[in-house]
Amino acid sequence: MLELVARKEASRFMLWLTPALAVVLTMLSGLALFALLGKDPFEAVRVIFVEPLLDPFSRTELLVKGAPLVLIAIGLSFGFRAGIWNIGAEGQFTIGALTAGAVALAFWNVEGIWLLPLMALAGAAGGAAWAMIPAWLRIRFNANEILVSLMLVYVAELLLSAMVGGPLRDPDGFNFPESRMFHDSATLPIIIEGSRAHVGALAALGAVVIAYVLLHRHLFGFEVRLFGQAPRAARFAGFREARLVAACLGLSGALAGLAGMFEASGPVGQLVPALPSGYGFTAIIVAFLGRLHPVGILLAGAVMALTYIGGETAQMAMNLPAAAINVFQGMLLFFLLGIDVLVNYRIRLRRAL
Amino acid sequence: MDLSALNPADLAFSLIVAATPLLFAALGELVVEKSGVLNLGVEGMMILGAIGGFATAHGSGSLALAALAGAGAGALLAALFALMTQYLMSNQVATGLALTLFGLGVASLVGQGYAGQTLQVSARLDIPGLTDIPVIGRLLFGHDPLVYLSLVATALVWWFLNRSRAGLILRAVGENHEAAHAIGYPVRLVRVSAILFGGAMAGLGGAYLAVVQTPLWVEGMTAGRGWIALAIVVFAAWRPWRALLGAYVFGGVTIVQLNLQALGVAIESQYLSMAPYLVTILVLVVISADRARARLDAPACLGKPFYASS
Repeated sequence: MLELVARKEASRFMLWLTPALAVVLTMLSGLALFALLGKDPFEAVRVIFVEPLLDPFSRTELLVKGAPLVLIAIGLSFGFRAGIWNIGAEGQFTIGALTAGAVALAFWNVEGIWLLPLMALAGAAGGAAWAMIPAWLRIRFNANEILVSLMLVYVAELLLSAMVGGPLRDPDGFNFPESRMFHDSATLPIIIEGSRAHVGALAALGAVVIAYVLLHRHLFGFEVRLFGQAPRAARFAGFREARLVAACLGLSGALAGLAGMFEASGPVGQLVPALPSGYGFTAIIVAFLGRLHPVGILLAGAVMALTYIGGETAQMAMNLPAAAINVFQGMLLFFLLGIDVLVNYRIRLRRAL
Repeated sequence: MDLSALNPADLAFSLIVAATPLLFAALGELVVEKSGVLNLGVEGMMILGAIGGFATAHGSGSLALAALAGAGAGALLAALFALMTQYLMSNQVATGLALTLFGLGVASLVGQGYAGQTLQVSARLDIPGLTDIPVIGRLLFGHDPLVYLSLVATALVWWFLNRSRAGLILRAVGENHEAAHAIGYPVRLVRVSAILFGGAMAGLGGAYLAVVQTPLWVEGMTAGRGWIALAIVVFAAWRPWRALLGAYVFGGVTIVQLNLQALGVAIESQYLSMAPYLVTILVLVVISADRARARLDAPACLGKPFYASS
């Protein structure tokens, strides 16, 4: 019979092998899923995972989808390491888009290179402020940040819908619940000619580098890791939990808000109720798949962006249902968490007595 | 605003209907958490139960079959959670989130063919004489069987936890799994059973939502009710009768906000729709503020993994 034996130390080899294993297992189950849906499974996997890499436009789309995922996941990874669970990044993303969009619309007929930085600031501040609600409620009233941050996702989406249906509605838009299109000064510069890839991709790369330094070369990173692994020791060492909760939630909120600003002023170009499209939730998977490590998150973000783009292609080319990709991404997280057992345990064959 | 259009008996009736899915899900999660396991996948199990129940009712027209299918679908997803957290030792918070994301995806995949379809399942009790009593007749005797089942379930869960030997063992496992294991109780078996029960109840709640409360399939129709059920468990301080109270309070908030919208109050409908979520946050804050109390109420081993080294 098989039994699990705890390892004395987590296996570093397995720590990095298991995410790749999870991707392979997901692909294999994907084959079964597609066959079940009556599609040619090998064709589907080829369309989702290979075709986007061959097409130049799809390759640039990887940057468009990957940037918000990486940005949000980097922010979440700090809190997840410290045992602070912000699962409301989708709401912070929405509020960031809303505050940045409000700035863009306030200066709708003013041009200037200062507008985009101002919008970025507004987006980050909006996201951070939204995340400070669960932070403050946890610090002051001991309220569970998982539930509060999640409830605020629904509130944020309703707020966005109320805003684009009211104060921020396009005055010439025939009462349609949409804002005006942002003008050029409020639209992100494109970094690759003929694509939609915008400077947000560079910001995401920057966030990866800064997060790496912060995590491995700065006291804050040490504090985060210590709180995650030994909260009591961290308290004895004099680290203040309240400050850490505020820092982790504020940071992840700011980055999610920034991602929201990029989305509104990049590919979308206006405020619409359907702006929040699930990046905030998918980023949770990205953070885990990347082992909460900045470089890992970058790779995981690329893989996840690939499933998005491939999923869209498969939707058009093979009439594959859009929800199939959500199932796919959910499976990926399951496999990852499941085979994680190999990191901390060895499997041993127990001889019958 | 014309308040006379509101009929108190109708309001109370729809409050009970709105509260029932929350009550099922909260009771299930309450038992799971009492055994020391935190399953954040209630939303996912609920929506899978919703589509399972809806599809079954659509095909068979039977409320009983739909309820069974919903409970089965929820339990199936819960089995995955049990496998992951109890045998593969995965992190409960992350696995619960995965369960929700996966459940939402599967439900919308399965539900594609049913989008926008409605149901005609009538299973109201109709007891001649009793149901016809004005006002209270319909309120007390005019519901579908599942409403009564949810009330009976509350009583049974209370009895199980507080008066039965098995319930005592379950609580022991949740309070101190090391000690329970040392005495010889099967920690893992107890927890797996609790998780499956929780999944079945969440699925049942989802089925009730999709078949009785709003007999219409819309993608993501649980709209955070699974998460609200988790909040109700905290509000209830892990006591079944207080879970009943919590579910009815949230049912009330939903109904008041819907009726205000229908009356055309001069507030944007979006702000009214925020009410259940904001009330959830408010309730969490009020309940959790007393730290010492909150720590005493919560099962001591909640969310902690158990690995038997021998």
